[in-house]
Amino acid sequence: MIEARGLSKRFQDKKRGEIRAVDNVSFTCKPGQIYGLLGANGAGKTTTLRMLATILEPTDGTATVCGYDVVEAPEKVRANVGFLSTATALYPRLTAQELVEYFGRLNGLDEATLKKRVDEIFNRLEMNGFRDRRCDKLSTGMKQKTSIARTLVHDPPVMIFDEPTTGLDVMTARTIINFISECRDRGKAVIFSTHIMSEVERLCDHIGIIHDGKLLEEGTVPRLREKYSEHNLEEIIVKVVGPLLSKAEA
Amino acid sequence: MNIRNVSIVYHKELTEWLRDRRTLISTVLVPLLAFPVLMVGMTSLMAIMMGKAEKEAAKVMVIGGEDSPELLEKLRKDSELEIVPSTSDYKKQITEKEIRAAVEVPKGFDSSLNKGEPQTVSIYYYEGEIKSSFGVNHVEQFFNDYRDSVVSSRLASRNLPGSILKPFEVKKENVAPPEKVSGAALGGLLGYMVILLSMTGAIYPAIDLTAGEKERGTMETILSSPLSRVDLVLGKFFLVLSASLSTAILSVISMGTSFYLVGNSGAMAKKDAAVFQLHIGLQTVLSVFLMALPLAVLFAAALLTIALFAKSYKEAQSYLTPMTFIVVIPAVASLLPGFELTPKLALVPILSTSLVCKEIVAGTFHWNYILLILLSSCVYAAAALFIAVKTFQRESVLFRS
Repeated sequence: MIEARGLSKRFQDKKRGEIRAVDNVSFTCKPGQIYGLLGANGAGKTTTLRMLATILEPTDGTATVCGYDVVEAPEKVRANVGFLSTATALYPRLTAQELVEYFGRLNGLDEATLKKRVDEIFNRLEMNGFRDRRCDKLSTGMKQKTSIARTLVHDPPVMIFDEPTTGLDVMTARTIINFISECRDRGKAVIFSTHIMSEVERLCDHIGIIHDGKLLEEGTVPRLREKYSEHNLEEIIVKVVGPLLSKAEA
Repeated sequence: MNIRNVSIVYHKELTEWLRDRRTLISTVLVPLLAFPVLMVGMTSLMAIMMGKAEKEAAKVMVIGGEDSPELLEKLRKDSELEIVPSTSDYKKQITEKEIRAAVEVPKGFDSSLNKGEPQTVSIYYYEGEIKSSFGVNHVEQFFNDYRDSVVSSRLASRNLPGSILKPFEVKKENVAPPEKVSGAALGGLLGYMVILLSMTGAIYPAIDLTAGEKERGTMETILSSPLSRVDLVLGKFFLVLSASLSTAILSVISMGTSFYLVGNSGAMAKKDAAVFQLHIGLQTVLSVFLMALPLAVLFAAALLTIALFAKSYKEAQSYLTPMTFIVVIPAVASLLPGFELTPKLALVPILSTSLVCKEIVAGTFHWNYILLILLSSCVYAAAALFIAVKTFQRESVLFRS
């Protein structure tokens, strides 16, 4: 379970002064649910997800993940989270197996449990063919599978995905989408950000539309369709964000 | 701090480090091979060149002396000198290295000598030019020998003993043991090398583990694990420290081997070779390493901190390259003659360690200074490590864009 309450993040920029990257964002994502965070580039999606993964600390407000506060118990939060983004690369000089084992050990798994988990994941993701290959020699698809294995090794109840399919080919993106769907089926609370509406329609139970750091709209896909009398999700986003953009331009 | 996590990070970093070809070249191969190749190669080459220059008869021009056939005859007979015809452009010929030196014989040299009148012979040469120096030495030696023989014959003709001009002899004898002799000559070099290599050995891993991680995109990956930032920075710090110390150790082994090879190769004259035969015990080497250890900690932590500010490998390199000068300048200053330890200097990092290492190698243990330097270095090292840990907790540094 993820619960954000008034989550805010401000940065200081030498030229632009104070920037409110995330401004008073609140939402909830329950186990067995996929929450999609939608918005343009620079809207505040990545900063929000980084705060939930405790990579960044909120300036105001807080969030709890599996009951642990992101500010007070960041290490406990991270132990309950699997975080995957296009920015989470692999160590080039480790093999796929060594990399997954490394993160398993950091998550406190003992050697017997780790071996069992690694074998189980490598079988499930069909990774045995390249388990001893160095990460810098892996194809993009193999790398994504290794990243998935890394996030799964400690079997976390919460998964956070930040634009996980950006820049990937169709087949690799499909692996990720199937994996996210599988996470929900296994009862995990999943939050992910994307630009691709087909992914949202296929996966999301709840969506939140974020713009300029503020969560402007939130709800289930059917409810938002009904509220805006619009089936196309892209059009819904335009209807939510558009008035603000026109105001800013004026 | 969780020791298990620090150890996991350290082992992972070590595995990656040992698999990096650039690391093996800069940390293992270069320190092991650079010294023997440079020292044995250079000294052998120098010995060959010097030997050749010494053996060759020195081309010397004699200006004047036409009225002194006795002197000219003696000069021509000297096998180490080749007398060339006199010309007016002798200075040009010397500076263009066509002749090694020129001797100006005063008018009526032979007759003045027989009359016992005072006179001056001038020698022209090229200061700093090695072959010209050899030529001058030969010419000087010739005239000294000639003067001595004239003096001896004058004394003999007056029935006076040779001791009238030399009533007593002066004899020099070295009483310092061999380790002190070589320690005084090369002692500073050991401390300097250990300090400098502790620093240079840490540069590459410090960059790779910070700016390198940012560039490769693995920083966010590791920050999303339950690992605390303290454990992360400590794991990385111990790897940088290991790299730093192993570079220094390998270089000292390599340096010792090089000195042994040079000292025993027979390429050098016995008295010069003796300097290279370092009589440094294991205890002394360990003492130098013990003194340099807090400094290596300081370097590892400081370099990690600075490199973390960089967004890329290239940027980190531009930050850390000038750091080498900060280390080289005090380390070189300690090698200057007359630079001695004082209570104030004992608090100056790098310089104090370099100075005390010089003393230790020469066999002098100033315990009060050793303790003061160890203590102050440990304080600086702890401060640097504390700053490194704090820097790893700063989002503005980790996610600088």
